[in-house]
Amino acid sequence: MLEGQAVAAGLRDAGVTHVIWIPDSELGTWNEALSSTEGLALVRVCRAGEAFAIAAGLWIGGKKPVVMIQCTGLFEAGDALRNVLHDLKIPLFVVVGVRSWRAHQEGKTADNCPVFTEPILNAWQIPTTLLPLDATAEDLIAEYRRHLDDGGPHAVLLPE
Amino acid sequence: MTQLEAMEILARHRGERIVITTMTTAGIWPALSDTGLDLPYLPSSMGQAPGLGLGLALATGRGVIVVNGDGCMLMNLGSLVTLANNPADVFLIIMDNALFEVTGGQPHAGVGNTDFAQLARGAGFSRVYTFPSFADWKDGAAEALAGPGPVCLWLKVEGRLGQKTPKGPRPIPEQIARMRQALGVK
Repeated sequence: MLEGQAVAAGLRDAGVTHVIWIPDSELGTWNEALSSTEGLALVRVCRAGEAFAIAAGLWIGGKKPVVMIQCTGLFEAGDALRNVLHDLKIPLFVVVGVRSWRAHQEGKTADNCPVFTEPILNAWQIPTTLLPLDATAEDLIAEYRRHLDDGGPHAVLLPE
Repeated sequence: MTQLEAMEILARHRGERIVITTMTTAGIWPALSDTGLDLPYLPSSMGQAPGLGLGLALATGRGVIVVNGDGCMLMNLGSLVTLANNPADVFLIIMDNALFEVTGGQPHAGVGNTDFAQLARGAGFSRVYTFPSFADWKDGAAEALAGPGPVCLWLKVEGRLGQKTPKGPRPIPEQIARMRQALGVK
């Protein structure tokens, strides 16, 4: 599990100004760090689609937002994602928690979230990186920096 | 009141604020104002204009007026809660024509029974205004659009049948580049 303080400080140091999110059980462990790190604003939303719209407004206004949601929220947010990333051409960085990924790999769950998450991102033509199970905050920040260099949208999947 | 009449009053009171328009109003507004601070949100994701406005307000500290349709509002009622709980100068105008106008004029699920003012208050808005007629809007717009946000304004407007989906004055990536230039974003 990535450590919240390191994630929050790393994102802030990489230039991120806002995290727009709905937490899941793993992202949720970062709540205190994300909400208390100076220079980083946490914006709480009601549905995942909203996160893309708010991030778009922030980006148009010159900020550097990151969207953090669970894969279930990603499934809900399809139209907002399509509009923001493809119509508006706003290059957002999105962190998606993949529920039950470990259990799915071990054949110990009927949860189909891990089955659909990556194919759906592929269908939406979003470049995607699945972090390894032993990934650290530094790995996530490195993905963010790579996203800045590439200049396009990018999704990072956190196996849960 | 017609949506054109409503938007003409808005044009007198928008000041230096950003104006995001959706659906029918996105087709009307460019004839009234077509500057870098105007964003006809087309093509859109229905229900996401309030979020777009909140993000712009948080980023710039500038007031943002979001003109949303009633059908758009119903698609994202949670955005009322998000706006009310992330204080910023967002003025959310709900244009209630009781129709999905741009798809030909079909009724939506809430016709006649949805009280958007109550919904906004319940979500946490402390400033909520209802304008059932043109006269009310003409007389009350200055007060409703003054002071800090968030503010919710519910306007009852005429529905029209047989309308087509409006088009923006230019491709939206150009519109966004124009807005970033107007805001001084590099």
